[in-house]
Amino acid sequence: MANIGLYIELKDGIFKKSNRELLSLARKGGHHVHAVLFCQDAKPYMEELKGVQTIVQVKGADLSYQPDRYARTLASVIDEFKLDIFCGIYSAQGKDLFPRLAAKAKAGLVNDCLSVDLDTRKAVKPVYSGKLLAEYRIDGERALFTIRPNVIPVEPPAGLAPEIKSAAIDSGDLGTRIVEVVKSASQKVDLTEAEIIVSGGRAMKAKENFAILEDLAKVLHSGVGASRAAVDSGFATSDMQVGQTGKVVNPKLYIACGISGAIQHFVGMKTSKVIVAINKDPEAPIFKKADYGIVGDLFTVVPLLKEEFKKVLS
Amino acid sequence: MNIYVCIKQVPDTEASILVKDGRSINEANVKWIISPYDEYAIEEALKLKEKVPGSTVTAVCLGPDRVQGALRSALAMGADKAVHVECTVILDPANTARALAHVIRADKDFGIIFLGKQAIDDDAYQLHIRLADELAIPVATNILAFAFDGGKVRVEREIDEGAREVIEMAVPCAVAAAKGLNTPRYASMMGIMKAKKIEIRKIPLAETGAEEARNQVRLLKMSAPAEKPQGRIIPGEPAAAVQELVRLLREEAKVL
Repeated sequence: MANIGLYIELKDGIFKKSNRELLSLARKGGHHVHAVLFCQDAKPYMEELKGVQTIVQVKGADLSYQPDRYARTLASVIDEFKLDIFCGIYSAQGKDLFPRLAAKAKAGLVNDCLSVDLDTRKAVKPVYSGKLLAEYRIDGERALFTIRPNVIPVEPPAGLAPEIKSAAIDSGDLGTRIVEVVKSASQKVDLTEAEIIVSGGRAMKAKENFAILEDLAKVLHSGVGASRAAVDSGFATSDMQVGQTGKVVNPKLYIACGISGAIQHFVGMKTSKVIVAINKDPEAPIFKKADYGIVGDLFTVVPLLKEEFKKVLS
Repeated sequence: MNIYVCIKQVPDTEASILVKDGRSINEANVKWIISPYDEYAIEEALKLKEKVPGSTVTAVCLGPDRVQGALRSALAMGADKAVHVECTVILDPANTARALAHVIRADKDFGIIFLGKQAIDDDAYQLHIRLADELAIPVATNILAFAFDGGKVRVEREIDEGAREVIEMAVPCAVAAAKGLNTPRYASMMGIMKAKKIEIRKIPLAETGAEEARNQVRLLKMSAPAEKPQGRIIPGEPAAAVQELVRLLREEAKVL
């Protein structure tokens, strides 16, 4: 039996849904699971954390994310609770925090895992942007893993209430100092965790035309993505880019509108459960990769699709 | 300022990648490029050099002999010096960081180190932070905006959709570039000619303290993922096709 630690990510106090995947992974193996969370009050999260043996609640006057402090705090939690394996989400914060923690803890780290075997410390992750899968094993005293969102099947929390222990946040010097967090004016859906994504390509023709995708996205409560061609043509911002040099996304449903399906785009969304392609060109490579395709002009099809979704989802 | 940029040579984004004997890829017919995020790092390093008189940009790359092509490209873009850490084995990120840190540490006056946020081959997403840790300097990752005012560095880092963290660091420090930071320049003909004359300094891996035996993360095997079965085109007029699509998404795919 190993001591497993999980970094439970809270965003402005909200329990990130990908935490459930971490918990589902860790509850299975018969290990002693520690859920580590930075919060003043752990009670709101108790229901989600059932079946975990120990909660390590990190407290302090200022719990705002400062990478140096978080990394040092977690390194000392790993020491104190003798954690053999420590896992988190491959999120914007996880990507920043886990390498720092790995460096502090002198441990190996595999990011973006699709599966992790806690007994053997083996993990599978996509490499070459998902063109291949690689299996790694972490040797050494400790092993760190981050897990790609939307991959591990979620099981509802079950089991006994955990014991709560506390730890203090590190208050040492900051080399890397976050001085401000600027929120975006529009509350966009996080593409890497989105359940549905509507994406546009070069055939969108103009920046303004993305409005029809935004309208569809509103009905589906989905994120809006774009291909590299659309970003490079100035139709969409680079934070919207899905693909090898953009974001890798993993939604339940990916609707590609006017996207030809170049390999560098495909590798960014190929693990979507269902891919829908809408394209005027019946020869577009995207149709070979999509589960469902409609050959037609996206400016006709997308508005119709919006109306149809509106009808069935209301 | 002595500016450094660490780059990696990777297969072109459009390349098909095939596994050869389990742990490596078939390199025949692969076109090699500088990892795209590293190009943003090079560009930002060159912009900083233009702003701070007397600066030099040194590009560092670890890998087999072929990576000298990547270093030549960096020189052609405008880097002044190039260092090749000769390595033909697979190193884990901590080991790679050890090797690169050895090169940079030898320069007592190193300033800002630029890297890409990740290399698009193994996507390990940690070298920048491991390197900064080796050098005991601050680091910021996934950077979309960079400014240096002569004293400190101020950067903006993309977090969840659209939101940004504004980060300040003292120099020396490391900065890991994301797409959107800048538009990398093309090498000029003059740059290419000049690059040919610059000698690339070679450092054997054994000198750096990094070695395969110290790997904590071991690559066991690589394989091709299962192919998705081909989907189907929904026939009919747009209105009918859309109706059928939504029905299939609900009843067959069950994603709604």
